[in-house]
Amino acid sequence: MRGSATFSLAALLLLLAPTPHAQEGTAPATPLTLLSSDGRRPVPTIVVNGDELIALDDVAVRFRVTVREDTLAGGITLTYNGQTVVVSNDQPMASVSGRIVALPSPARRLGNRWFVPVELLPRALGPIYDARIDLRLASRLLVVGDLLVPRVTGRIDSAGPPTLATIEIAPAAPVFVTTEAGRLVLHIDADAIDLLLPTTGGGLIERIGGGDTPTTVAVILGGEAGVARTVATEVDDLTRVTVDVAGPSPTGVGTAPSAAVTEALGAPPSPPLLTGARARLETMVIDPGHGGDDTGVLSLDGTEEKTITLAVAQRLRAMIETRLGIRVILTRGDDRNVSLDERAAVANNSKADLFLSLHMNASPAASVAGAAVLSLRLDREGEDARRDAASEAVALPVLGGALRTIDLIQWDLAQARHVDGSAVLAEMLEAQLRARVAMSRQPRQRAPLRVLAGVDMPAVLVEMGYLTNPEQAQLAISETFQTSVTQAIYDAVVAFRAYIEAQGTP
Amino acid sequence: MTGLRVVLLSAGVILIGLLAWAVSGGLLRDGSAPPESPATIAEPAMSPEMPRIAATLFFASADGLALVPVLREVALAEGPVLQGRTIMTAQLEGPPPPYGSVIPEGTQLRAFYVTERGDAFVDLTFEPSTRHMGGTSAELLAVYAIVHAVTANLTTIQRVQILIDGREADTLAGHVDLRRPLVSDMSLVRDARNAP
Repeated sequence: MRGSATFSLAALLLLLAPTPHAQEGTAPATPLTLLSSDGRRPVPTIVVNGDELIALDDVAVRFRVTVREDTLAGGITLTYNGQTVVVSNDQPMASVSGRIVALPSPARRLGNRWFVPVELLPRALGPIYDARIDLRLASRLLVVGDLLVPRVTGRIDSAGPPTLATIEIAPAAPVFVTTEAGRLVLHIDADAIDLLLPTTGGGLIERIGGGDTPTTVAVILGGEAGVARTVATEVDDLTRVTVDVAGPSPTGVGTAPSAAVTEALGAPPSPPLLTGARARLETMVIDPGHGGDDTGVLSLDGTEEKTITLAVAQRLRAMIETRLGIRVILTRGDDRNVSLDERAAVANNSKADLFLSLHMNASPAASVAGAAVLSLRLDREGEDARRDAASEAVALPVLGGALRTIDLIQWDLAQARHVDGSAVLAEMLEAQLRARVAMSRQPRQRAPLRVLAGVDMPAVLVEMGYLTNPEQAQLAISETFQTSVTQAIYDAVVAFRAYIEAQGTP
Repeated sequence: MTGLRVVLLSAGVILIGLLAWAVSGGLLRDGSAPPESPATIAEPAMSPEMPRIAATLFFASADGLALVPVLREVALAEGPVLQGRTIMTAQLEGPPPPYGSVIPEGTQLRAFYVTERGDAFVDLTFEPSTRHMGGTSAELLAVYAIVHAVTANLTTIQRVQILIDGREADTLAGHVDLRRPLVSDMSLVRDARNAP
């Protein structure tokens, strides 16, 4: 009897004891912002045991949702436009029209209010809501509706000097750049930006971070920074802004960051709209020669041609994609056999604007060294195909009653109509390679090269050096050599892009 | 006596059969179709009385940068097919010093024939494909050594196609297109007097 009285007293005390309430949680370091077509509004949330929670009465008001505690079901029911979400109060989950979705924690009562994880909004309410709900916790945004809120990321590609950095905006959005004292400011034409920054700096860039407004990004330049240039390109629904910051000029004149940046961007500083003009050289294919069982040339010390070609191709892809925004496709990304026809097919199927086949050379004499660039030499049949390509076209009927003009050319002579463009490309490559690496005594040649014959775009084969030359074989595996070759080819691609843009056709 | 007649008759029949086989084989070689047999061609040793001609063969210059023409005596043969065989066999024997070999050692001629269009087909054993050192430059020298050896000596032939083991080949080592007959490329040739 006495024990029973003690239990009843304890139970009563427990009932009368203060229940947990909202004040048990802590406010997040940065408040969550609700972004909709009506503007921006802060959303009150609390953090409890690492989970960020929002009060259901706030959800009811902001999202016009009816909230009802369902003691029989052991949870809370949210109703919107006749559809329901049941949130469990003992399991980290909710049921959305009969479908279970996971949540970081169950609904919980704090004081006299029910709280749910903020993730409930996109995961459970989102599927039944009449507008898109997108939670961007990293940038503390709750986006409601079809607003353009691109993700913005940044990285330092090379400390330099010059210091190279890339800022990517996905999905693509128009950007223009202005200059202020010691910094570049990227103005992004969007409703908001999901800023996955700041990026710690490197070289002549101190930091990349948010600007003064919710849609700007600031690139903070170091005191030694010289001229800064920015180039924006748009590829695959991604806007890529590359930043190239030169070191101080030798004379020390005009090296103040503000002056230098103004010079780089021209005057007046705004608005040089950098997006919208798509480069005509949009896609290129790099073909690392050989691969798999086909090792290519083997040097006396065991270096395989296939390894060097792949290494340089991967460097080149990273550099061109990052700095030029050109889509780069490799015919092989690893060590495997790829037939010569497959290599041409990769280029043709991707409708590339440029094809580069990378190789290392061999000679019966060990003394032979140097790089060379080769393009296709047409035989009589090829010359015929070239003439035919210029004159032969046939109009074929298509759906809808229209006619479509189709060029007729033998598939394995597709290169015939690009020999002039390929020769220009070869000339540019030779010039750039000559500036950085040793050249062969026959630096530019034409030959009936199998891998180029069926490629329907300007195409060349680059022999980067001789693996049969012991010194070049040692050099070929070095960082210095591979960087030099990569930079030379990159410079040639830049020149060729300008050429085809000036010509109006690749 | 009857037994002797039977033996002589049998021997005669066998001899006629052998002659017929030899004649048909020879006609096939001279015709436009490739031979079925994988056997390589062995050139008979030249005797002092055998008439000879000076053939121009092509080997790598000592510096490895070009082909150089080298004169070598070969047996005079009747017609472009037989003459082509003697020239190609000499080409495959390898270079005199100081010139370099561009065709792998051990390569032999399987067949040589000429089409009605005047294209020569040089059918080689597998070595140029499987034992080649690779590299565009070395492959160009190998291919055009063969092409030039034919076109420089047989003026009626303008184009040469290389076959490997009786079949069309894409390339020898991944670079030079062998799917069609090739014409000569004199940019790869340097005068022997200027060669190191």
